[in-house]
Amino acid sequence: MQISATLPIAQQATREARLQVPPRELAATVEKLSKAARAIRQTAIAAIYHATSGHPGGALSSADLFACIYGAALRSGDDLTRDRFVLSKGHGAPALYAAGAEFGLCSVKDALSLRKLGSKFQGHPHVLDLPWVETSTGSLGQGFSVAIGMALGLKMKKSPARIYTMLGDGELQEGEVWEGAMCAAHHKLDNLVAVIDYNKLQSDDFNASIMGLEPLGDKWRAFGWHVQEIDGHNIALILEALDRCATADGKPHIIIAHTVKGRGVPYMENVPTWHGSVKMTVQQTEDALRALGVAESDLKKWIEGNV
Amino acid sequence: MSSAPQLIASGTDSLRESFGKALTRLAPDYPDVVVLDADIAGGTGVHHFRKAFPERFIQFGIAEQNMMAAAGGLAAVGMIPIVTTFAVFCLRAVEQARLSIAYSNRNVKIVASHPGLDVGPDGGSAQALEDMAAFRAVPGMTVISPADATEMALATKAILDFQGPVYMRTGRSASIKVFGDDHTFEIGKGQIIRPGKDLTIVACGVEVARALDAAKLLETKGIAARVVNMATIKPIDVALLAQCAEETGAFVTAEDHNIHGGLGGAVAEALAGACPAPIEFVGVKDRFGESGEPEELVQKLGLGADSIAAAAEKVLKRKMSR
Repeated sequence: MQISATLPIAQQATREARLQVPPRELAATVEKLSKAARAIRQTAIAAIYHATSGHPGGALSSADLFACIYGAALRSGDDLTRDRFVLSKGHGAPALYAAGAEFGLCSVKDALSLRKLGSKFQGHPHVLDLPWVETSTGSLGQGFSVAIGMALGLKMKKSPARIYTMLGDGELQEGEVWEGAMCAAHHKLDNLVAVIDYNKLQSDDFNASIMGLEPLGDKWRAFGWHVQEIDGHNIALILEALDRCATADGKPHIIIAHTVKGRGVPYMENVPTWHGSVKMTVQQTEDALRALGVAESDLKKWIEGNV
Repeated sequence: MSSAPQLIASGTDSLRESFGKALTRLAPDYPDVVVLDADIAGGTGVHHFRKAFPERFIQFGIAEQNMMAAAGGLAAVGMIPIVTTFAVFCLRAVEQARLSIAYSNRNVKIVASHPGLDVGPDGGSAQALEDMAAFRAVPGMTVISPADATEMALATKAILDFQGPVYMRTGRSASIKVFGDDHTFEIGKGQIIRPGKDLTIVACGVEVARALDAAKLLETKGIAARVVNMATIKPIDVALLAQCAEETGAFVTAEDHNIHGGLGGAVAEALAGACPAPIEFVGVKDRFGESGEPEELVQKLGLGADSIAAAAEKVLKRKMSR
């Protein structure tokens, strides 16, 4: 199966290459990906409104990460050589579909069919509906293990491909994640890049109240991973961190991306209510889309789904 | 149809040994096969494979959930992963098998050793009596429980040639030889391995040999019991069951498993839809196991040939009173 290209391998900036990118060109890339992230947020919010359920907080916190992974990191190729992305936090599906729409894997209309009867865009991604989601997820911890299996298999086949996976912070409470953390380090899977959408909030409350995760970086370092902690809303820093994952020194890579739940919609930011599956009103949706830069004249078409 | 089965007392390979040796023999012809282990290769029979193909053997440590889901990832990139652990630890990872293997339709083979009371002295905690029920309930999952070392070797090749997720039981104890060298195996097909017209005993796994013993006991009482080897529990051979219902009109099922949800459940569901007939269920009657030698446990919990024969007489009375 050939996944439609994001960027051909030849055009991919390795860390070294990117360091030589003239500042003006880097600025243009950041500008392009910032726009993509904004579009991902708009589509995800509209999709959740139309679905009358879904998780907006995490979609907004992860949008910049999605923009950088799909817009800059993933390299196309055949089944043996192409990079893969697995959304282990499967409830982030609205942002995944929105990213797919932004980068040509589906249409915005498709993404807005989220959670509807007969839609291939289920509440959590399903690979038999959408081959480009790579595996079915929705039970926390499993996508991470599947990504580990892909990384193991491709390493055995001597493939140059990298496997990217995104986990939620609450997801790290699953024991399976730490089974996988040990396994990936033991098998020296330096072709594996995990990104944590560390927005500090989970279903019911802050991580710290439910089951504390800190010291998170130290935990992953102790498990033998190459750890980077960054601002997960700074596109330039995300790109730089992803580039640093090109090193093949036997350590799997983890990017702990500090994010803000509900980022971009002031009334949602850092409010636990907006983690969970919610039914958004027209007013709430319009307020959110306005905050995300949708012009007043365009609000109607989003609410009506005519995009 | 196989040759007349002979009950030759043990000394033959256990089912796990037969599986491990067959897999190792077949491996050169299946270059994408990789074996996943959770630190019990010596117990599951894949130590043979590890020795012959160390580069295709992946150690996951004592972490079955990660192993099961990672198998889905290995299959996604073109491998044929063979997940090996004890049946009871497969139960631990049923949800991984559900989402990351079956729901994603991955070509993964889960091969479980140490099922049922056959585990013996390790006791109730280790005796998986629920595994066939759990895996049978997962859509798209094929469930197989071969009867002897010969059939295990054939089934091992069959699951490698089959496209799709499979759960297959092996076994710990030395197995009793049931089939000759001319035995055949096909996924989804049961076999009449002893003729009879009065009732049909449907068995799988280690209970097949006991079912044949029961048929001999019944013969001395003038009862002609047909024996069906139903190595594939899912998809169950409905056509053969319907034929047996027409021709014999009564059933006993026999399995080293809870009587709920396994072979007995599958046969009852099939007959209820196709050709209702009275059934008696031989198996563990909705309780946990306990320590003891397998043969002792079989006697205590009522899975022996005598129990199967008693169930046959009971179901015959029900058939006659209809």
